[in-house]
Amino acid sequence: MTKSILSVRDLSVAYHRRPVLWNINCDFRQGRLIGIVGPNGAGKSTFIKAIMGLVPMASGVIRVFDEPIHKARHLIGYVPQRGSVDWDFPTNALDVVLMGRYGKIPLFRRPSRQHRAFALECLAKLGMAEFSHRQISQLSGGQQQRVFLARALAQEADIYLMDEPFAGVDAATEQAIIILMRELKSRGKTIVVVHHDLQTVPEYFDDVMLINQRLVAFGTTREVFTEQKIHETYGGRLSMLTAVGEQMVKRGEEGARL
Amino acid sequence: MSGTLIIIFTGMLAAASCSLLGSFLILRRMSMLGDAISHAVLPGIALAFLFSNSRHPLPMLIGAGALGLITAFITETLHRAGRVQQDASIGVTFTWLFAIGVILISAYAGHVDLDQECVLYGEIAYVPWDTWIIGRTSLGPRALWLLGGVFLLDLLFVVFCYKELKLTTFDPQLAHSVGISTRLFHYLLMGAVSLTTVAAFESVGAILVVAMLVAPAATAYLLTDRLSTMLILAMVIGALCSVFGYFMAHALDASIAGAMATVAGIFFAAAFLFAPRHGLVTRRFLGRFTIPAERA
Repeated sequence: MTKSILSVRDLSVAYHRRPVLWNINCDFRQGRLIGIVGPNGAGKSTFIKAIMGLVPMASGVIRVFDEPIHKARHLIGYVPQRGSVDWDFPTNALDVVLMGRYGKIPLFRRPSRQHRAFALECLAKLGMAEFSHRQISQLSGGQQQRVFLARALAQEADIYLMDEPFAGVDAATEQAIIILMRELKSRGKTIVVVHHDLQTVPEYFDDVMLINQRLVAFGTTREVFTEQKIHETYGGRLSMLTAVGEQMVKRGEEGARL
Repeated sequence: MSGTLIIIFTGMLAAASCSLLGSFLILRRMSMLGDAISHAVLPGIALAFLFSNSRHPLPMLIGAGALGLITAFITETLHRAGRVQQDASIGVTFTWLFAIGVILISAYAGHVDLDQECVLYGEIAYVPWDTWIIGRTSLGPRALWLLGGVFLLDLLFVVFCYKELKLTTFDPQLAHSVGISTRLFHYLLMGAVSLTTVAAFESVGAILVVAMLVAPAATAYLLTDRLSTMLILAMVIGALCSVFGYFMAHALDASIAGAMATVAGIFFAAAFLFAPRHGLVTRRFLGRFTIPAERA
């Protein structure tokens, strides 16, 4: 068994004293593609935000490569939800990807020609080279998501945490993203993805983490992604109905965005 | 240097400094925090005046800078710790601090040459005669030195911390995850806004500082799709406001600061209607000939 590169111990998070995540323990192994699955409001996004230190933890210890998280944050590439930034910001695609390099450039210094070339390479990997100088609001939703992924690529991290990268993207982008994830995996990277579409889980992920405020199950997709466990995650006898209903809502949202 | 040139140049420096920082305020959706700070520094100025008993700029800059940071801090804390909305916490903080400043000035400094009128409206026309004298030699107008220094400081701040300012503005979450402190740059920016505001006070006054913080930057935002271009454009537009404003005031025999802000408003309206890509009229006109950008 490959060793744990990201370990989470006793993680709890509360918003305004209401618990959102309760006592989560898990270990992520190297070179795996991991899906985080659970109903709306289950704390999936909160979980990866807590790892990144973007929301305060009520309790818990997070270690990356056996180092405390604040020393190893640069080893993690974070892809926030597409809606978390202002796409009307006066900048172009290449510039956004270049921002992925900022952590490697010392204070007061500007990105060098090499950084720029590397950023362009990352864009090209997602088939976006021709859009490098396009203002970001002029890109489609799928193209914006690709820019975000290219930026994560530019960070050259060992672990990637992605918050719903497949939400509201076209089929071509979904394909491009999954190809990229598999390539990263083959290079020994670990990719943790908050995922909504239950149908694609067995196809996309090696491991699955089922959460609904607490950790329901975590293991290989074959072992964990069973009807009974999904039941347990989505709660009660309405489970599959809820799951299907949620998918329909999600589709509806995507449809509205198309 | 003639009086006219000095007045125009002072206005240009004030406008350019404000526009430069104002651009970041706009992109961070914090234009009103600039407004708040420009008012809330008043008690700082009053206290600095009462303690130092002079209108020397150094104590005033320190007093104003401190109050500016306190404003940013109280606003942030009210919003974060209590359940107060961002705009409400800004509103409560700056009106309260401004009121304290008004009381301090009217109660303790009413009989000297620091009056509300001057703080609110400024008097750029007197700039050429208020000279900085060390020993026996006059070094020229005090405001010019002060604003020149502040402009240089702002420019160095933006040039050297460009990528940090850009990233913490565009995507604070990524900034945090690559180890750039969003809070540090928030307070550095607020500190710079406080210093700039108080330096520009004397010449254009508190209310018109707000116009210069917002209008030229908002105009530039409509004219370009690149941050660096936006910053340069904002400074140029700010400077132009000062030049045209002066001649307008001269022609109408009206308040110079008022005319400068009016010109800023006119520039903004023009950009709003006729900007090459985002203008209301331009879009309507071009919309007939071009295919809108594809959306998926």
